[in-house]
Parts: sequence; C-alpha cells; structure tokens
Amino acid sequence: MNQSEWPLWEVFIRSKQGLDHKHVGSLHAADATMAIQNARDVYTRRLEGVSIWVVESTHIHASNPDDAEAFFDPAADKVYRHPTFYDVPDSIKHM
Amino acid sequence: METLEKPALTQEEQFQARIDADVRIEPKDWMPDAYRKTLIRQISQHAHSELVGMLPEGNWITRAPSLKRKSILLSKVQDEAGHGLYLYSAAETLGASRDQMLADLHSGKAKYSSIFNYPTLSWADMGCVGWLVDGAAILNQVPLCRTSYGPYARAMVRVCKEESFHQRQGFEVMQTLCEGAPAQKEMAQEALNRWWWPTLMMFGPKDSESPNTEQSMKWRIKRFTNDELRQKFVDMMVPQAEFLGLTVPDPALKWNEERKAYDFGEVNWEEFWQVVKGNGLCNADRLQARVQAHEEGAWVREAANAHAAKRKAREGVGA
Ligand SMILES: [Fe+2]
Ligand SMILES: [Fe+2]
Repeated sequence: MNQSEWPLWEVFIRSKQGLDHKHVGSLHAADATMAIQNARDVYTRRLEGVSIWVVESTHIHASNPDDAEAFFDPAADKVYRHPTFYDVPDSIKHM
Repeated sequence: METLEKPALTQEEQFQARIDADVRIEPKDWMPDAYRKTLIRQISQHAHSELVGMLPEGNWITRAPSLKRKSILLSKVQDEAGHGLYLYSAAETLGASRDQMLADLHSGKAKYSSIFNYPTLSWADMGCVGWLVDGAAILNQVPLCRTSYGPYARAMVRVCKEESFHQRQGFEVMQTLCEGAPAQKEMAQEALNRWWWPTLMMFGPKDSESPNTEQSMKWRIKRFTNDELRQKFVDMMVPQAEFLGLTVPDPALKWNEERKAYDFGEVNWEEFWQVVKGNGLCNADRLQARVQAHEEGAWVREAANAHAAKRKAREGVGA
C-alpha cells in the first residue's frame, strides 16, 4: 500500500522580479507539472512569488556538514579579500 | 606536572554546546537519536493536528452565514492544510516517511491535539475556534519560530505569518454576534462556555505531569512550559472576553494584583486524559473522516503515478 508515495520535490520561489529564487520547503508530487501546481497552492497563497522552481530532492547534492570546518576553512584567514583590510587616507574620496 | 589538555568533548556535548550557543541544527548535522525521535513525534503530531483541525471548521463551510464568511472560512481551512504540509515536510528532513506518518495517524497510533475532538455545534463555534483555538495555537507557535531545529523553525515562521488572520476573523465573528440580537449574543456565550476549558487543555498536562518538558527545554525545542503558556493565554484572553461582554465560565477566575496575573480554576484533567485516550465526543468521527478521505483519494494518487510513468517512458527518460 505504501509503494505509491509520490517523489519529494524541493521548492524554490522568486518573491519578486530582480531577486533570486529561494528555497522554501518541499512537497510530494507525481511529476514536475504537478509539483509546480502544488507549490503554487502550498507556498504562494498570499502572492509570495512570481516564479517557481522545483527540483526532485534526489537530484540535490550537498556539502557534508561534518567536513564544514575544513571545507570552508581556506577562506577564514584571507582578510585581505575584504575592503575593510585596507587603510584609505582620509583625503581620498570615492574609494 | 599539570596537563593542559582538556578531555575532548563527546559528540553529545558538542551538540549541546551548539544548542546553548543558539546555533540552529540542520538536517544533515549529527544529533542524538532521542532529539531526532522527540522532534519527529512533536512535528508529526503538530502536522496531524493541522490536518484534523480542518474537519471541525470544514463542517461549517457550506453553512456559513454569508459569502464573505464562507470565503474567509474556506481560506482559513486551506491555510491549515498548508500548515500540515509545511510540517510534514519538516519532519521528512529528519528521515520520517510521509506515508508512515499518515498511516500512524489513520491507525490511531499517532496523536493530534485533543481540541479537535470536540464538536462544532453552532456558527458561534467558528468564532470561538478562530479566536480561542487559533489564539492558543499562536501562543504555542510563536516561540517555536526560535526552536533549535532549523526546518521546524522555518516552517513555524511561515505558519505564524498566516495565523493572525485566523484569530482576527474568529474574533470578528464573535464581535458581530455579541453586537447582534440577544439570541446571537447567547449563542456566542454558549460557544465560549463550551470551548474555554478544552482550549486551556491545548497547552498540555501540568508541568508536574509533563516529564518530557525538561529535556525539551534543554534542547531548546520548547522555550516555555505548558503552565507558563496557559497562564499567558488566560491573561491575554480575559480582557478580550470582557470587551465582548462575555463571561469566562470559571468561577475561580480572579485578578491577582500581587502576581499581576489571573488566578484561575483547575482544568478537568480526567476529561483531558479521556479525550487523549480516544474517548472524546468526536475522536471516532474525526479518524473515520480522515481515513475515508485518504482512501477515496487512492485512485487519484495511483492515476497520477501511472500518468507520470507513462510520460517519462514516452520522453525516454525512464529506465
Ligand atoms: Fe494552523
Ligand atoms: Fe490556524
């Protein structure tokens, strides 16, 4: 009786033109068309979006949280990548 | 000689340290089994409550007194379905299966909020459900927006944004009745008499009889105890009932100047446990309606699967 579960889809919504699509949650649907229709009903009942992306959850690949420290560590000691690292003389404008 | 090395923290201690630092836990992070189990139980119970919660109000959609009220009620019930879906998907991030959760609900193994096992006898009950039941739900849910498990907290943020309309429309129904004919006001009072105590039960057993509270607070799943929330609710609602000109059906209710809070009577815990155990007025009805809806939808689920498989085959993507 349980083998009929519809696949899981991740839903991404662009809240207005000019902004990125953002992950909002997931839902079950038999196919992409139904996933988009369901996403409309579940996640945009109050005009929360102007565009919807759906991706079958099995297609999402993620970084491993256990490796997060080592994985993101290389960026930690490169303060010179930020503008605040540099002293700009007060008399210099527009920089 | 003294060694400077501290014993390494266990996985569990590291986990607790993150919780204490208010770092949210995300699906793939390590977590104690008991934390996962507690969350699955709580989130799925919460989802079931949203789903079953549609039934007492659904009862009045076709008999709402005007098109405006009907549209509002329909939207509210649709929101509750949405809340159920947000929550089921949050529970799935912990490894729970949707089918299994529904199967547990339908077999009676899983619990849902006992409030929905009370009948909605008159239109005024629609007012009380929105005003009191959604009001109590909001008090429960607002702190959950900061609960330690990320997907649960995010689902609750979405839910809370939608709940305040639910409460306001309920209050408006009550206000309209209270400003109407004496018979309408009487209807409102009778509904309050029916719903007041069951609503107080929504916050769960007394702290002294809620053995899981301490651990849930430590894990920051819960942020307030049952009794704290119940007290807040009473303090919030009594002035609103007074505004409506209604009497809260509790002879022991009295403002306590020292505590700056209301003293109130004892909930009938015997009734509470009876309803939890399945012996409430509507337990059997609610479950039967849920199971029937699920079974009658089976052919739709199968047809959609067949259609998807056929299309996949035609596109040559299928295996
Ligand atoms: Fe809800
Ligand atoms: Fe609600």
